[in-house]
Amino acid sequence: MSELRELYQEVILDHSRQPRNFRKLPAANCEAKGDNPLCGDRVTVYLKVKDGIVEDVTFEGRGCAISMASASLMTEVLKGKTEVEVRELFDRFHDSMTGKSACQGADAGALDKLTVLSGVREYPMRVKCATLSWHTLMAALNHKQVPVSTEDPRL
Amino acid sequence: MSGAATAALATAPGRNAPILDLERIRRDFPILGKPVHGHRLVFLDSAASAQKPRAVIDAIKNCYETEYANVHRGVYWLSERATLNFEGARERIAKFLNAREGREIIFTRSATEAINLVAYSYGEGFLKAGDEVIISALEHHSNIVPWQLLRDRKGIVLKVAPINDAGEFLLDEYAKLFTPRTRLVAVTHTSNALGTVTPLTDIIRIAREHGAHVMVDGSQAAPHRAVDVRALDCDFFVFTGHKVYGPSGIGVLYGKADLLNAMPPYQGGGDMIRSVTFEKTEFADIPNRFEAGTPHISGAIGLAAAADYVTALGFDRIAAHEQALLAYATERLTAVPGLTIVGRARQKASIVSFVMEGAHPHDIGTVLDRQGIAVRAGHHCAQPLMDRMNVVGTARASFGLYNGFDDVDALADGLLRVREIFN
Repeated sequence: MSELRELYQEVILDHSRQPRNFRKLPAANCEAKGDNPLCGDRVTVYLKVKDGIVEDVTFEGRGCAISMASASLMTEVLKGKTEVEVRELFDRFHDSMTGKSACQGADAGALDKLTVLSGVREYPMRVKCATLSWHTLMAALNHKQVPVSTEDPRL
Repeated sequence: MSGAATAALATAPGRNAPILDLERIRRDFPILGKPVHGHRLVFLDSAASAQKPRAVIDAIKNCYETEYANVHRGVYWLSERATLNFEGARERIAKFLNAREGREIIFTRSATEAINLVAYSYGEGFLKAGDEVIISALEHHSNIVPWQLLRDRKGIVLKVAPINDAGEFLLDEYAKLFTPRTRLVAVTHTSNALGTVTPLTDIIRIAREHGAHVMVDGSQAAPHRAVDVRALDCDFFVFTGHKVYGPSGIGVLYGKADLLNAMPPYQGGGDMIRSVTFEKTEFADIPNRFEAGTPHISGAIGLAAAADYVTALGFDRIAAHEQALLAYATERLTAVPGLTIVGRARQKASIVSFVMEGAHPHDIGTVLDRQGIAVRAGHHCAQPLMDRMNVVGTARASFGLYNGFDDVDALADGLLRVREIFN
């Protein structure tokens, strides 16, 4: 049973109960929707990017503890990052979730904060819960009009 | 296992003798002996797909090991044996549903394919733009989407019979939907998501009064109760093999012979023809007309073995056992703090859908899984029904003939663990 505590760490439970930056962002200049058609989870990510820097990021949506906590943590680590840094963080985080590498890289501080999600790796059925908001973030950065789906084989 | 659970396993509440010999039954299902995450498997997802008894596994194995060849065409001994077994399976399924004759049984890939077949062929043969089809708010996506496709293709009108907050079919509201253009009612026998059993006798009677045909989605009914298509007097009845302890990839469409004979084919190919020239093809009679291509031979044989298995146990005993489980599960889950059962119909199959404060269904599913308990979490392919019940999704425990009171206890204890984590 202790491995469940690895997955549902206090930080994750805290972020899922009280997600940070959980609101619309009227000043957003990028936004995208994402959903998981298998479970009905939905998320919208709002970004305000100025001169290549993420000035603000918020989200709205509904979903399980993992998806809500992942989205909440994501908004916390992204503020003030450059677009290049955001894309690199996405790659590192995605790799760590899919088991390609541990959660480490250039931006140690931000990745440290995300390591609480590393327990998800042991639950392959739940990885999509953790990565939904990140894929949606990338869609927002890339100005994609079509909602992101976790069932898109390209993800 | 606690003492209370052991006692409950041996005898259902209020009864002196066990309804089913669970120990023996569980030995019939090899997978139930395999631990999951170090725990005894508590399988509570039979409504999604049931486990298979040895009799079904052996029937499929025997088919391939001893009497396999293509059916309906070889003049050699093996093909004759395979054909006899395959057509014998059809006869056994006809008996299982109390159909008049074997040719009223069409083997399909799934219940979904059976519904698509009706929507396509009945739609082509009997429906014109402006004709109306009634479904219900309880339907699985497989009994919604084929009718929407038909609507978009032919301009039929799709109407939805409503339910109340308990998840019960509203007969009076349903009766008001009929107009002289209503041709077909396509309705579930039992809701996969809530467990609601619909008042089919009345639904069919009212449809008859308006001269409409009736198709019943019996996928969730066939595992739980004896089906008598003649007593029901429905025109079509579909169910799937894998939910009734048979293999996946095989489904059944029952249709009244006259009606099936008046419908155009669904797919073209081998086995469904009488003669073919490049100018014209004459189609075979039913059932072959609707079975283009080499059928799922071992699937049909495995399904017949499953039908024999549940028939031998007896549906009166299966139903009594499962109803006792449902009552006990409802009682124990109601006592879990923060848990709400979704779907409180008076007539239910052994399916309990629920939500918990502070715990998303997927998180419930993960925590239970680590205790060896398999439940389904999500929208159960019934998104309109979830919307109607004001939930995004639910966790669902569904009980089959191999489940016992010990499984209910494990679930209730597991849910207390969920509460510990998320509260």
